[in-house]
Amino acid sequence: MSVLAHGTRPARLRALPARPRLGRNPELTRTDRLVGSVLAVAGAVPALALGFIAYEMLREAYPAIVFNGGHFFTGRVFSYGNLYSSGVEVRDGYRAAQGAHFAILPMIFGTFASSLIALVLAVPVAVGGAILLVEKIPSRLQGPLGTLLELLAAIPSVVFGLWGVYTFGPLLSRTVFKWIAALRIPWLDSHVGHGEGLLTASLVLAVMIVPIVASIARELVRAVPAISKEGAAGLGLTAAETVRVVTLPFVRTGVVAAAILGWGRALGETIAVLLISGATLNSYPHSIFDTFTTMAATIAAILDGALTDATRMGVHALAETGLVLLAISILTNFAGRMVARRLSDAALPVGRGV
Amino acid sequence: MRRRRLADRVFWGAASLAFALIAAPAVSVVVSVFHQAAPAVGWSLFLEDTSSLGIQNALLGTLMLLLGVLVVAGTVGVAAGIYLAEFAGGRTGHVLRFFSEVLAGAPSIVIGFVGYTVLVVEFHWGNSLLAAVLALSVLVLPYIVKTTEVALRQVPTSLREAATGLGTPRWTTVRRVTLPVAWPAVVTGLVMALAISTGETAPLLFTGGWSDQTPTLHLFRHPITYLTGVTYFGISEPGARAHATAAAAAAVSLVMLLLLILIGHRVSARARRQTERMHL
Repeated sequence: MSVLAHGTRPARLRALPARPRLGRNPELTRTDRLVGSVLAVAGAVPALALGFIAYEMLREAYPAIVFNGGHFFTGRVFSYGNLYSSGVEVRDGYRAAQGAHFAILPMIFGTFASSLIALVLAVPVAVGGAILLVEKIPSRLQGPLGTLLELLAAIPSVVFGLWGVYTFGPLLSRTVFKWIAALRIPWLDSHVGHGEGLLTASLVLAVMIVPIVASIARELVRAVPAISKEGAAGLGLTAAETVRVVTLPFVRTGVVAAAILGWGRALGETIAVLLISGATLNSYPHSIFDTFTTMAATIAAILDGALTDATRMGVHALAETGLVLLAISILTNFAGRMVARRLSDAALPVGRGV
Repeated sequence: MRRRRLADRVFWGAASLAFALIAAPAVSVVVSVFHQAAPAVGWSLFLEDTSSLGIQNALLGTLMLLLGVLVVAGTVGVAAGIYLAEFAGGRTGHVLRFFSEVLAGAPSIVIGFVGYTVLVVEFHWGNSLLAAVLALSVLVLPYIVKTTEVALRQVPTSLREAATGLGTPRWTTVRRVTLPVAWPAVVTGLVMALAISTGETAPLLFTGGWSDQTPTLHLFRHPITYLTGVTYFGISEPGARAHATAAAAAAVSLVMLLLLILIGHRVSARARRQTERMHL
């Protein structure tokens, strides 16, 4: 109750401490409480939306969870079965088209392989670029180059797909891939095709997570105390040695957090991977140039087909795939935040680019 | 000493290479998209519908989606941010903030999938403007919440204390003191949310659908076309002209994104000046 605003009545003042309202803040007026409760509804929306998404995925996936059992995680083939025959397969009371078979191990492999290769490539590049930007590039140019970084973060994944299919992939397959394949190293030799496949997709994913890591690294490098750097310079260390003993230890935790968040983005990336991976179901890539697919790309690619499945088991199986992807993404996001908690108050973005 | 100087050179050489590896793809993407789009650029691109290889309906559709996101996610997100910064108690605020950040990690295709099974199928909305707007809104909500909350928390404590000292009620303080100061930073967050919405495809594939007609204001059962959709479907279509149209749609979305980034810069520069003035 704001006493001053409503005139000071001594009786009221004395009454206040005598009747402490538990759980209520006596500083708030009636309007404050009303507005506060309306805003609280809005405040709960993100949490409710998350709960609803998780619940809905679980509900939609449940028949598939029962139908597929543990085989879902160990098998190789994901197939709706024969959608044109009237035959129906029944297992544990749930029906699917004849010959239906749902397992996602190759997709899990593709998701982790592409995102981890991307992460390993992206993090050193992002950190090196950020250090150069802050330490060596004149401040006059930092603005425009920062905008370039922002633009890179904002480029839509479908545009990366277009670029990967028509420009980047063909370029790689004509040059670098051919040279690598000529060396005949196991896992690195096979037909390089037109550049669609695991390595191209990983490289494009790396380009997509670089701005996330680089923009956080840039803020962290800027925040390195000048006094420590001056101290290192005073001891006669070269600029590179100063980076190694002062800057890198200072930014390490933040970079790890940023890398985990960037990894989360790569795991869930859909359209660019769908266009560049070659979207090959039911097989493992035989080399790093081979085509493959991920969980997210598969959902986008074959949901259309699942809609013709009269038993709806195809949709349920894709929901189960989405549920696995959701669980993995939430876990990585959570891990990134736990690491970030060790930072004092670095501005950690919420996830996607821009 | 000679070896150390050499190591220094090598290190900065590697850092320059890293920087080049960041800048080159950005330049290459922009150049290649505009190069591929060149044959399709002309007035007819903006005057014809997708059935005649224009993008008029898609551009209008994207603008309508952005407006919808601004209305839905903008109001809910800003309100939620105000609640978290000014009203929520320690524990409640902590829990809600946590879930909002976790939501930001949800893959966009999962959001699109739920939008499809619930809004399109279960609610019988069909592929529609509202289903697409809601899917996008859920996607960008965490960003708006976060930027609004951070913007309000950066308002100097002295202003708040002065208002409290004068006996101003909490909501009046927010409305007259803290929110006006934080507003430019809040708007930066909204612009960022619009940029994310412009570039998304996955949540719209099964909620927005596809239509060759000019979009209408019908919320239900009227599919809506959007720029990234033209690119996505055009890539796999045969024919050089369809391909050029796909690239043209990509180029137009890049131009929109650049404009949004520049607007964001203008606004955030204002936000910085505002805070500096307040700290004096």
